[in-house]
Amino acid sequence: MSELVIKATKVSRNFGALQAIKELDLEVEKGKIYGFLGPNGSGKTTAIRMLTGLLRPSAGDVQVLGLKLPQNAEKLRLYIGYMTQKFSLYDDLTVKENLQFVAKIYGLSGQVQKRRIDELLNVYGLEKAMDQLAGSMSGGQRQRLALAAATLHEPELLFLDEPTSAVDPENRREFWEQLFDLSDRGTSILVSTHYMDEAERCHKLAILESGVKRADGSPEALMQQMGVHVVEITSANLRQLKQDLLTLPDVISAAQLGARLRVLVRNSIADPLAFLAQQK
Amino acid sequence: MKRVLRTYAIFQKELTQLKRDRMTFGMIVMIPLIQLMLFGYAINTNIRHIPVGVVDYSETGLSRVLIQAVSATQVVQVTARYLNVKQAESAIARADVRAVLVIPKDVSQRLVRHQAVGFGSPPSTDAETSRPVAQWIVDGSDTMIAAAIKSLRNMPLAELLDKPANRSTPTFEVTLLYNPEQRTAVNIVPGLVAVILTMTMIMFTSAAIVRERERGNLEMLITTPVRSIELMLGKIIPYMFIGGLQVAIILGLGNIVFNVPINGGLWQLAGATSLFITASLTLGLVISTIAKNQLQSTQMTIFVLLPSILLSGFMFPYDGMPEAAQYIAEVLPATHFVRLIRGVVLRDVEIIDMTFDVSWLALFTLAGLTVASLRFKKNLD
Repeated sequence: MSELVIKATKVSRNFGALQAIKELDLEVEKGKIYGFLGPNGSGKTTAIRMLTGLLRPSAGDVQVLGLKLPQNAEKLRLYIGYMTQKFSLYDDLTVKENLQFVAKIYGLSGQVQKRRIDELLNVYGLEKAMDQLAGSMSGGQRQRLALAAATLHEPELLFLDEPTSAVDPENRREFWEQLFDLSDRGTSILVSTHYMDEAERCHKLAILESGVKRADGSPEALMQQMGVHVVEITSANLRQLKQDLLTLPDVISAAQLGARLRVLVRNSIADPLAFLAQQK
Repeated sequence: MKRVLRTYAIFQKELTQLKRDRMTFGMIVMIPLIQLMLFGYAINTNIRHIPVGVVDYSETGLSRVLIQAVSATQVVQVTARYLNVKQAESAIARADVRAVLVIPKDVSQRLVRHQAVGFGSPPSTDAETSRPVAQWIVDGSDTMIAAAIKSLRNMPLAELLDKPANRSTPTFEVTLLYNPEQRTAVNIVPGLVAVILTMTMIMFTSAAIVRERERGNLEMLITTPVRSIELMLGKIIPYMFIGGLQVAIILGLGNIVFNVPINGGLWQLAGATSLFITASLTLGLVISTIAKNQLQSTQMTIFVLLPSILLSGFMFPYDGMPEAAQYIAEVLPATHFVRLIRGVVLRDVEIIDMTFDVSWLALFTLAGLTVASLRFKKNLD
C-alpha cells in the first residue's frame, strides 16, 4: 500500500448534545483523489475541519502528512491547501490583489511571486479578469480564483469543501480537469461533494450519512456492492408505473428522471428486463 | 387591509429578530440607563472641593485662620503646601492642583488695613490700604473652575476679626494662568481630540476584524501560516496613521479657527497621542474578539464612548464629579489622555512628568494586547 497522507482513527466530534461525527476511520493515499460523498448535514465539513486542524476532535486520533493533529496544526499550514465551501477571499480586492495577498502570506515575494501568479492566472483562465473585483465575478470564476489561491504555495495535500456547489456543469467539468492535472503531478486531494457524477470521478470514495461512514472503497467496488441491475423504462404513465413497481419486493427503488423511469432491480433476478415486462 | 397585514408582517419579523439579538436588546436598556445616571451624578457645573495648594510666606496665626476660612467655603480643598511660587506653578502645570493661594509676608498688615475690616480710618482708596490680602494663581484653562475661584474674590473677611460684614472690596487678587481670556474653546478642543480618537480608533478596529469574521474571510485566514499577533498588528497599524491625521486636523483647525494655542512641544504631543491611540486600538481589538457582528461592535463602542464623553473631564470638570463617578472615570483611557493632552497643549508639560497617566495608558495597552491575543484563537472550536 502506498504512503498515507491522512490517517484518522475513530475520530468523533460533538457539538454539545449533537454528535456531528461518530467514530470515523479514514485512510487517504498519496497522489489520489479521495471523495467524501453525503447529503447536507452529514458531517463532511466538520470532518474536513478536523483534518485541517481547525476543530479539535472530541475523541480519536488524526495524523496528516505524518504529523499529529491538532497539536501540529501550525506546522502543517505550509503544506496543505484549503478551499472553503463559501467563497472566503476578498470581494473588494481584484483577482490579482487577492492572489498577491495570499502569496505574501505564504512567504512568496518578488520574482517568484510574480512568476507563480502569472502561471496561475494562465492555468485557471483568469488573465482577462485579472483586474476585476472578486465580488463582481461569476460563481465559476470565483471558484477558479479560490482554487488558484489554495494551490498557490503548491501544497502536498489539498482539502476542497464542496468546491462546485455554486457552479454550472461546464465549469464543474473544467474544474475537475484541473483537479486531475494536480493529482497527476502528485498532489493528494480530499474533496467533499454531494454530486454523484463527481463522486464517480474520484479514485476512492467514502459515503457519509449523519456523521457515520456507511461505505468506503473505489466507485466501481461500491457500485458492485449495491448488488443491483439498473434499468431505464419509458412509458406513457410514469407516475402510476412507479407506484406499481415499488410494491414489488425485488425492486429496490424507482426514480423518475425527466421522461424515463430508472429502476433498481435486485441482482438475484438474472434477467431484469424480462422480469419487468412480465409484471406489466 | 392587505397593506396593514403586510406592514404588520414586517413589524412582527423585526420584533422577532430583535428579541434574538441579545446584545442589541441589552443596549436598548443600558444606554439610556447609563446616560441618565451619568448626567444625573456626574454633571455638575456648581463646583466644590477643588484641589488647591497654598504658599504661605507669612506663617502667622492669621494666615492659618485665613486658610481655614477659605477651606470653610468648601469651594476649595487644600491638598498641598508649596515652599514658593515657582514650585506652585509647576504643580499647576502638572495638574497636581488647580490653583494656589499665595499668602504674602505682610498679610497681617494688609488684613488690618483692608476696607472690609475697616480699621483704617478714614476708609481710603489709597493703593496701600486697599491691597488684596492674598493672591490666587489659577489654571485658567477650564472656565468653570476659574469662575468658581473667582467667586471667592469677594469673600467677606470681617468674620475673621469679628466685625460685621462690610462693603465688598476684592479680598483676593486672582491671576489666571493659561487662558486669560477665559475662552471655553481652549479647554474643549484638546479634549475633543480624546473623544474623536476614542470613537474612531475603537470603532474602526473592532469593526475591521469583525467584518472579516462576518464575511467568512477569517475561516480562510486561519488556515494560512499567518499568526494572531501578525494579523492584529497588520490590522491596527493603518489606524495609527489615521489617528495621527485626525489629531492634526483637530488641533490644526482649532488653532486656526478658534485660536486654541499649542503651547507644548510637538514631540510631546506625538508621544501622548501615540500612547492613547495604541491604548484605544487594543481596546478595539478586545471588543472584536467579543462582538459577533459589526452591529454589536458598534454598540460596544458606544458603550465605551458615552462615559468617555461625559466622565473624562472633556466637557464637565473632573473635579466637579462625585467620587464614585471619578472612580469610573479612571477606568477609561480617555480620562487619562484628556489630562495628558491638556497638559501638553495648554500648559507645556513634559509627558514624562505626568507619570501616573502615562503609566496607566501603557499598562492598559499591555493588558489589552494580552487579552486580545489570548482570546483570538486560530481555530473554530
